This record gives sequence, C-alpha cells and structure tokens, in this order.
Amino acid sequence: MILSVSDLAIHIGAARPVDGVSLEIAAGECYALLGESGCGKSMTALGLMRLLPAGARVVSGVVNFEGTDLLAQPETAMRKVRGGGIGMIFQVPATSLNPVLTVGRQIVEALQLHAGLQGGAARRRAAELLDQVGIPDPVRRLDEYPFQLSGGLRQRVMIAIALAGEPRLLIADEPTTALDVTIQAQVLDLLDDLRRKQGMALLLITHDLGVVARMADRVGVMYAGQLVEEAPRAQFFSQPAHPYSVRLFAALPDMRRRGGNLATIPGSVPAADTRHEGCRFVERCSEAMAECRTAPPPWREVDASQRVRCFLPDAAAPVALKLGAGETASQTALKPLLEVSDLQMHFPIRRGILQRAVGAVRAVDGMSLHLMPGRTLALVGESGCGKTTAGKAMLQLLRPTAGSVLLDGVELTTRSASQLRPLRAKMQMVFQDPFASLNPRLRIGEIIAEGIQALGTGAASGNGVVKQRVAVLLEQVGLRPEMVSRYPHEFSGGQRQRIAIARALAVNPQLLICDEPTSALDVSVQAQILNLLSDLQRELKLAYLFITHNIAVVDYLAHDVAVMYLGRVVERGSADEVLRHARHPYTQALLAAVPRIDGAGKTVVKLSGDMPSPANPPVGCHFHPRCPLADEACRRDYPVETLFGATHAVRCLKA
Amino acid sequence: MMGLAVQPMLLWSDVLLFVMIAVIVALLIWARRQDALRSAWGRVAKNRVAMAAATVLAVFVLIGLLDSLHYRARLDDRAGTAAQYAVEVHSALDALLSQLRLRGEKTYSAPLATHLFSREALENSEQREFPRLKHGGAHLGTDLAAHENDIALRLLLGAAGGLALWLLLLAALHRRYGVVFKPALKVGAGETASGAVLYTLLAIFTLFGIAVALGGGYHVFGTDKVGQDVLYLSLKSIRTGLLIGTLTTLIMLPLAVLLGILAGYVGGWVDDIIQYLYTTLSSIPGVLLIAAAVLMMQVVIDTHPEWFATTAERADARLLALCLILGMTSWTGVARLLRGETLKLRELEFVQAAQSFGVGRFAIMRRHILPNLMHIVLIALVMDFSGLVLAEAVLSYVGVGVDPTTISFGTMINTARMELAREPMVWWSLVAAFGFMFALVLAANLFADAVRDAFDPRSSA
Repeated sequence: MILSVSDLAIHIGAARPVDGVSLEIAAGECYALLGESGCGKSMTALGLMRLLPAGARVVSGVVNFEGTDLLAQPETAMRKVRGGGIGMIFQVPATSLNPVLTVGRQIVEALQLHAGLQGGAARRRAAELLDQVGIPDPVRRLDEYPFQLSGGLRQRVMIAIALAGEPRLLIADEPTTALDVTIQAQVLDLLDDLRRKQGMALLLITHDLGVVARMADRVGVMYAGQLVEEAPRAQFFSQPAHPYSVRLFAALPDMRRRGGNLATIPGSVPAADTRHEGCRFVERCSEAMAECRTAPPPWREVDASQRVRCFLPDAAAPVALKLGAGETASQTALKPLLEVSDLQMHFPIRRGILQRAVGAVRAVDGMSLHLMPGRTLALVGESGCGKTTAGKAMLQLLRPTAGSVLLDGVELTTRSASQLRPLRAKMQMVFQDPFASLNPRLRIGEIIAEGIQALGTGAASGNGVVKQRVAVLLEQVGLRPEMVSRYPHEFSGGQRQRIAIARALAVNPQLLICDEPTSALDVSVQAQILNLLSDLQRELKLAYLFITHNIAVVDYLAHDVAVMYLGRVVERGSADEVLRHARHPYTQALLAAVPRIDGAGKTVVKLSGDMPSPANPPVGCHFHPRCPLADEACRRDYPVETLFGATHAVRCLKA
Repeated sequence: MMGLAVQPMLLWSDVLLFVMIAVIVALLIWARRQDALRSAWGRVAKNRVAMAAATVLAVFVLIGLLDSLHYRARLDDRAGTAAQYAVEVHSALDALLSQLRLRGEKTYSAPLATHLFSREALENSEQREFPRLKHGGAHLGTDLAAHENDIALRLLLGAAGGLALWLLLLAALHRRYGVVFKPALKVGAGETASGAVLYTLLAIFTLFGIAVALGGGYHVFGTDKVGQDVLYLSLKSIRTGLLIGTLTTLIMLPLAVLLGILAGYVGGWVDDIIQYLYTTLSSIPGVLLIAAAVLMMQVVIDTHPEWFATTAERADARLLALCLILGMTSWTGVARLLRGETLKLRELEFVQAAQSFGVGRFAIMRRHILPNLMHIVLIALVMDFSGLVLAEAVLSYVGVGVDPTTISFGTMINTARMELAREPMVWWSLVAAFGFMFALVLAANLFADAVRDAFDPRSSA
C-alpha cells in the first residue's frame, strides 16, 4: 500500500466535513472518491497534503504515505512530499496557473525543487514533460503564458507540473469538471496512460459516475464526511450495495427513462455541522429501519473486496426502473412557436484610440431553428460555441446583429424595448447558476412577484391576488407557500432552481429557455429538477429550449436536438435521429466522448485539439481542422444543409 | 415683556447634524427589521474591539451634540426696551465648561502649572519672574509646597469619583436587567460584547473624573498663546472634526452612488462622461483645488457681510462651504469602486432575469443593483470619515481650512507650530490636539474595520 489513511477527521469550527475516513491505495492503482458536493472529498484530499484552509484542522487519524505518517512530519519535510511524493491537480485550470509567469517558468520551478535540475537541463526536461502530456510543439509552448492556452492545454500543463517531481501518487480533484466532454476525454486518456506507463497511483476525486466508470480500479463512495461503500469498479457498477449508491444510479437520466420520471433521492445532503446519531443517510433512505436512527452502521463485508456501511443484511434492492412512455409530445401543431432564421450575434473587437471595430467575435453566426409548442428542443454544444448567447439573443436580452426571431409569428428583433414588454410574458429564461440568478437582498415572494408586477399579467389584480398566485406557484414547483418571506440564502441549490423556475412561470410563458439549469446541481438534485420540468411541460404544455452540454439529459428530455459548433447549427433533427444516427463527425465525436457508466467506451472518433476562436473561424467548414474526414473541399467551402428525411438536417460534405 | 433667559439658535450645521442623527436613528430602526442587516450588525456587536471603539465614538458624538445646541445669552434688561441678546453665540458645552472657558490666563502656561511659562518683569521688582497664574493653582494661595500633594490628591479623588460613577451605572444596569457582575459581564440575552463597552466606560469615567477634579483647580492641558485653556479648545474641536467627517460624506455619497451606478449600469456615453469627469477631477492636485474653491468662497462671504448676523454664523457658513468643497472633490474614489462593482453585478443572472421581465432600467438599479452595493457604501462611509477628519487638520494647517475663529484640531496645530521652535518647547497644544484626534480617528478606524469584516460577504463564512 502506497497510501493508507485511517480514521481521518477534519473539523472546521462546529462543522465536521471529514469524519473518520479510512482508505488504502496500492501503487499504480486508480482509486475514485465519489460523492456529491459538500460530502468532504476535496477536504479529504487537502487533509492528506496538509493544505487545509485556515480554520480547518485535523483532529485525528493517521495518513501513512510510503511508511511515514504525514500528519507527524514537520512542515519542511512536507514540502518535499508535496509535489515530490504526492502530486496534485485542481479543478479549475484557469486559476491554478500563475497568469504572469510563462508555462516554462512554472514547470522549471517544480523541476528545480523536486528534481534538482537547473538551467538548460531543466528546460529540456520541461519540454519533455509537455511532450509527454501531449502538447504539440512543446518548445514553443514553454515561452507562452497561460492565457494563450485553451482550458484543455492548461490542464495538461498542470499535469506536467504535477509530474515534474515524479510523484508516486497523483491526487486529481475533479480534473475534468471544468472541461468540455471532448477535452475531458483527452485529459482522462492522458491520465490513464500516464498511470499505466509510470506505475503512478491515482486518487481521483469526482462526482461523475461516467468518469469513475472510465478510470477507476476501485471506488469509494463518500456521504456526509464518511465513506459509505467501497468496491472494485466492476462490482460497484453491477451490484452497488449501499442504498445511496443504488439511488445515485437510478437518478441518472438516460434514454430508457424518457417520458417517465427519474428516481430521486428526497431532500439534500445534511449540513456539515449536523450531529449524527445513527446512519447519515437515514433521512433520505426509503429502507430505513429503527436501528438506523439509533446507532451508526458498522462496516459490513459484502465479500473480500466490497464493503458497505449499512445495516441492511443484503445489498439494497435496486430501484425499479420506471420506463418512460417514450415519445410524449403531440406533433399536431403546425405552426412553430419559435422560429429563428439566420440569427447573428457579433461582438465588435475594438482597437486603437478611436475604438474602431477591427473585427468581430462571431458568437452566433447564422443559426436557424424552430420549436413547436409543447416540445423540447435541446441546443447542444461545447462551451464557447455560442449556445448561451443564442438563447439570450432570442429573448432579446442581447440585440442580435442580424437575422429574425419569430415568436408565435411576431417578429421580435425589430421591436423597441417598450414594444417588446407585452411579448416578454410569452418567453422566459431559467439560468444556469441558481446562486447568481436570485437577488440575495429580496425575499422569495418579491422575487417571484417581480415578473407579475413588471408585466402586469395580474394587472387588475390587487396585492392579495398576487400573493395567492405566488403561493400557487410555490406549490407548483414543490415548495411550501409559507416560504415566501425567506431569503435566497436559506435555500439549497436545488430549491433555488425551483424558485427560479417559479419566477419564470409566474407570467404564464409558452416558451422557457433553460440555460444549463442542472449543471450546477448534484446528480440526485438534478433528477428532481428534471422531473419537475417534465411534469410542468405535461401540465402547462410548455415549450423548452434546453441549452446544455449534458448528452444524457438531452437523451432523457429532448424531443428535438440541434448541435452547435462555432456559432452555427451543424446538425438538427429528432432526438433519435441525432443521438443514434448522427451523421456529422462532430456530433459523432461528441457522443463518443461522453463517458458511459456501463464502461463501454465506443472508439469511433476521438477529437484532437480545441474549438477555434469565434473571432477568427477557419475558412471552409469550421470543423475541418479537427475533423478526421476533412479533405480539400472541406477546407474551401462551408457546407450547405443536407436533408436526410423530413427533419434530420446536417451541414457536412461527407455526411 | 419677559423673554427667555437665552435665545436658542440653530446654525445651519446644527440643523444638518440633527437631521443626520435622526436619519441614522431611523436607519438603525429600519435595519433592525432586516434579517441580513441585523445579523451583520449582530456580528459587529459581538466584536469586542468594535464595541469599545463604538463606545469611544459615542462619547465623542455626545460631546459634539452638546456643542451643537447653540444659544445667545440674554443681556441685562433695561427697563422699557425689548430683550437684548448677546452677539456671542455659545453652546450647551460652553455652558458646561464655563469654568474652563472663562478662566483665561495671560499667555502660555504648562499643564497643571501654577506659574506662567515665561518670565515677565513684575511690578515693584527689578527682576523678571515667572508670574503666578490668575486661576491655575489659585486655591493653593502661597502654599506652593502643597502643589504636588494637591495634584496627587485630586488624581485619586477624581479616579475614585469615576469609579463610583461607573459602579452606580453597574448598579442601575443590575436593577434594570438583573446583571450579575461577572468577568463576562453579559447584558441582556444577546452575546453583545457588553463587557468591552463597560470596561471602556470605566476608563472613560475615570479619565472624566480626573479631568473634573484637576480641572477645578488647574489647567489640565495648560493654556495657549492667548491664555485659553487647551482642554477646552480640544473639546470644542471635536464638533468641527465630526461635522467635517460626516457632512462631507453626506454630500459625497449621493453623488458617488448615483454617478457610480449610472456609469456602471447604463454604460456607453454616460459612462464615458462620468469617467471623464472623475479622471479629470482626480488628476488635479486635491489641495490646490480645495484651496482655490475655499478662497473663492471666502471672497463671497467677505463681500456679503449682511448675510450673517454673528461671527458664529459666518464661521459656520465657511465650515459648510468647506464640507461642500471636500465632498465635491472626494466622491471620485467611491464612485469608481461602485462603478466596478456595478459592472460585475449587471452581468449577474438575477439582473438579466429582471431584464427578461422588461423591468425598467431605474427600477433595476434601485431594486437589484443598489441593495447589493450597500455594504460597499457603508464601508466607504466609515472609512472616509477618518480620512476627512485628518484632511481638515491638514487643510487648516495650510490655511485653507475652517474659519480662523472656528476652533478645530487644524487651527490648534496651526497656532502651535511656531512654538515648537522655541526652547523650552511649548508642546501641550500639539499633544492635546494629537491625542484627541488620534483617539477619534483610531476609534473610527477600528469600528470601520469591524463593520467591513461583518458586511464583506467574502469574509463571512
């Protein structure tokens, strides 16, 4: 065992984010620490490295790394261990590199400290490392600054720095959460490859079951500061034993559950300062027994390799898969609710004293789509492809540069702000970050009533009617009406997103633009919100424009899918056509890059490189620099739309 | 017809000061009902340093308020004439300190001295001697040997008096709230750092007792060039400092908030104009701008003597003008800060959600931007206060500050500077001004620090 942790406990004041964690990692092994936000996974990792934030302290436990107890070492000895024995990479590559130092300087710094290399030798080794992590043209990259690199390349540089000390253990804290799926696939491949070649152990911290399935040898599930289950990967995915693990799987959206409801875990993770008498999961567990409330469950060995902290004598029963009804929405309506044609949103780049526009960032560059009433259209694409901008331009929150947006047959782009106001009741938006989308200084009641008051949908109605409407809305989204006088900070992320949905529904819209409404939420909470959205659609016949990068959510929720690349729609059609009979190589690559929990990695197209800048798109097909099928024609002309069947349209010369 | 014994007078600065106090009290009552604000102020109340500083500030404010109750004394009536009132304007503080105010000496005398500071040719004598003070130590008569014992006795008596006063207060609190005297000294149910308040009060009461005991017979901080008691001057300076600190922020804040939010939220040419305005303003040397404006104001005041019935009113007008000028020149920093924060806020999703409801610009600024800037406004307010008190001292020292007849820390320092060069040095004016100003500014700064910590969302975990 290269690392063995026993009974590690970390306290921050009254809170106990880590409360008795024991785990062991063998040399060369990949151990995945899985858990929702706030369960203490990152705090565990920081505790191992003794890099805890101010106020947090280790109150008990032994961290044995290669035979020495790290918690007993003096700080000077720890400095050798950090980077030398244990390397660490963090979640956000944008902030883990120093922006004012070149990449080379930052790698060389690590080399000087841990490998004792100086000058030319260090520089040569730095270039080798960059080459090793798959950065093309490493010698030139050494002299570049972090802002010149894309997110994926920055994360590779972080990995190179972590590798400089030739660590025997690498701790990766959500290494791909901030990256797009295609880039995530590249980085995961790289980590896996390095681990195998160098025999380095990997402690992978993640909330993503797909990543676990792709990478891990063994899995530890954390809940409320404790490990609740430990198992080898295959066994964990085939027969999870803890009720929490079982429900995590059931909460994942996918195609088979279309039209039905996802299994949810009621409630949310208990606060870190809760004192637990019995099992930590008891409040959310449907199989809780009397003894679960009185005593903490001990470890139970399922077999030699799998153990679980639960009183149930056998593995928790699998949650019955509620198969969906499949296709739900009627297609009877003939007139589209939303019709976007050739929408353009350009942001001028201004230079010089006179601020003359010297170019433009073409965030949205001629996109067309239509959405029928009562249906869901998913707008899929990697970050930076312009999908959020497109959503805002459709709502006229940003005024489009060109193109037309017809809502129920009414042109929006030519209307002034005051002319738009009566139309705003028909279309609303649910934002990505539930923590930023509610004004912290207003009460919930005021937040929800704002739209009613601003648009006068309850015009003739007095205060009492508005209050009644707010109460109805709160019940509709699954909150209690007496919560009106609370402030947003008293709610969890999932509850806040419900409030944001209630606010949008307050004006009886027909179209709801949902901008990644679940990406900031945990899996179990995501399922609650997705269920709510599909219930509301059935009840109120809402149309959704669902902006997301999460293919599984698309598969569960969407009737139609449009795939965006660099400001344009490259493929659109029904969900079945796009997701199962994809014709555009980009769509195929995107789908292949999604880590699947059955572990079956399709090896079709692996994308190399990153999306080009929308300020300077490549000539010809935008996708050709990354496309394995590209030829001379692709480099010359932008492909026109080719129709396959009535609804399936693809912009590719090779399709 | 019998008039009042005094004619109450409201100077403009008094009106503003009382309005401001009323507004602050109203705000406090309002804040008590806001959960977020109450919890933040609750954090301030738990902070011992903050509460000690607040106590000191409260004492300063009390002195300032007493000094703002102005009146004109009634002159002796002559039969058949209407009541006549004195030209001089005094305040309640002057009345309380009449002993200090009226017992002037001829010129400099050291703290607690019995003789003047410099030798003079005495009548009936060839020699130059240190003349006896008219009031300082007069009760000793010829028994000068008892001087030191007398001082020690008064020190003890004063301290004992202060302690007794404090114990009385404790007893009163005990009867009212049932407080038990414990080291923790908890008053009421809350975890307010009331111990800090009480111990600070103990220190203040003790000092007060000593000052009263010694001041009865001596000039505690000596006398200045024209024989005025320096303790009296220092106490009178407090109102000037407080006024400059608070009125200026009152003038500055609306400008800064309005322009900062407009520049940040509206953007475009509005932003360009406001930015141009504040970059221009802040690139002119501040003292130069203020000096020019003050001199202009001085000319206006001098050419319209009919506007002012008393010298006090004239001095007051000049003080207000100084506040106005300081306010007009010092809004730029806060405006810039608020503009930056607004730029950040307007991109937040709750603002966009409001936009998607078609909520108007000004409604968004009022409902969504301003409440989220209030913590910065509050921090700027308390931080700027101490800066402005110091600025007054500097400006008065340079000669472009308050009217020479207004007693302020700046004028005290200004008159004392020449005497620093003489040997032996006349140090007490300077030290007294420095000590009072230091206590005021330090208390304000400590309080501001605690307020910032409590309101800064990043520091509250």
